[in-house]
Amino acid sequence: MKLRGLISTLVAVLCGLVVLAGYFVELPFLVSANQALIGWAVILAAFAVLLGISNLLIVHTGKVTRKQKGSFYSLLLILALLVTFAIGLLAPYAPQVSDLFDFSFRAVQLPIEASLMALLAVTLTVASVRLLRRRLTLFSVIFLLTALLILLGMAPLPFIGSMPLVSDTLRPTIAQVLAASGARGILIGVALGALTTGLRILFGTDRPYGGK
Amino acid sequence: MSGDAVFLGLAAFGVVFLTAGLMAGFAIARGQKTPSFRNISAFDQLRRAIGRLVEDGSRLHVSLGRGELVTPQGASALAGLALLRRLADLTSAGDKPPIATSGDAALAILSQDTLQNAAENSSQVVFDPSAGRLTGLTPFSYAAGVIPSIRDEHVSATILLGSFGPEAALLTDAAERANTFSLAGSDNMAAQAVIYATAQEPLIGEEMFAAGAYAGSGPVHAASLSAQDILRWILIALMLGGAALKAAGIL
Repeated sequence: MKLRGLISTLVAVLCGLVVLAGYFVELPFLVSANQALIGWAVILAAFAVLLGISNLLIVHTGKVTRKQKGSFYSLLLILALLVTFAIGLLAPYAPQVSDLFDFSFRAVQLPIEASLMALLAVTLTVASVRLLRRRLTLFSVIFLLTALLILLGMAPLPFIGSMPLVSDTLRPTIAQVLAASGARGILIGVALGALTTGLRILFGTDRPYGGK
Repeated sequence: MSGDAVFLGLAAFGVVFLTAGLMAGFAIARGQKTPSFRNISAFDQLRRAIGRLVEDGSRLHVSLGRGELVTPQGASALAGLALLRRLADLTSAGDKPPIATSGDAALAILSQDTLQNAAENSSQVVFDPSAGRLTGLTPFSYAAGVIPSIRDEHVSATILLGSFGPEAALLTDAAERANTFSLAGSDNMAAQAVIYATAQEPLIGEEMFAAGAYAGSGPVHAASLSAQDILRWILIALMLGGAALKAAGIL
């Protein structure tokens, strides 16, 4: 292992152990070290956002200069980013600019995200049909039937209102008993997976921060 | 500190200590022996897709989601990074290096570092800093930024492994439209449901944390699967025992 990798591994493992120990043992120096390390992590994460945005800018500038497919959209992104950034910098000093900043979110960002959410509903409907074509198994059929039953149980129907039996018995049973117990099982599995992933990083065997 | 809090703290410490002991024990006991795992179709298909993309000179795309590293969602992102590292090594013989997209800035930096390390260990790959990129900081801007990468960059396999919300459906749909292989796993329950319906190869629950072991990342990855199995049996026994004691009126 190179020296750089060795040092970063040592620092990461030591910091991880201090933070972990700080959760279990309430010794004053451990608690303060824990808080300091988490505070540093938050500051680093804030600087990472600036670096990430620079990366976004570099990637899209490259697309524009190389005239790649979709470079017009990259140009729009760069312009929007620079204008929003400038407005954001000025906003604390000028109330009118601050209103413009809020307006840009309400008038541009929110409607676009809402449209994508609506697109998601269509995408999921198409995907449900595609699922039966691609993977016609018992579990796929159960999955789709359950989704259909839950939708029928939640949506008020014209003239009938809520569907008897489905709305008051079947849907709550599926959602609160079967789905909730299944979800808890899955979440326990995810928690165990997260625990072993964290320990691999503490052992220094997984090093996402550099070094082979 | 109340008695219950002390008990819970000690119990949590015991679980962490036991898991670490089990992982170390299994890793040492197995050494370099090839472990045997149950068959998961998604990983068989992933191996085939990697082989195909190396042969036809196309690109691998790994998307790591939006899990911030200082939150519990960071664990799934780290699992994605471990797989990215292994896959970057496996595809180093290909014509095009893999690209990694993410919706968290720190994760984007780590993905660049991971790809750079893989490139340094390969004589054929030249590191491209734009290969690890941030595509957006909100769920849908992230998804909207990833879609062109899937569509326009000669990608033939898309792996989504990390913390996603329901927006994962837009990504798997884009992969389907681009006629590429898609494998997806998330720690989010809503995302798991949409991934089951939309991805070619979905990973459910803890399967996403097993990706490194199935991709041959090393003995510790395999040992962590064995440790998880033992912990799962202990939890099942505790739950059944608790239910029996409750039914008997003791608890």
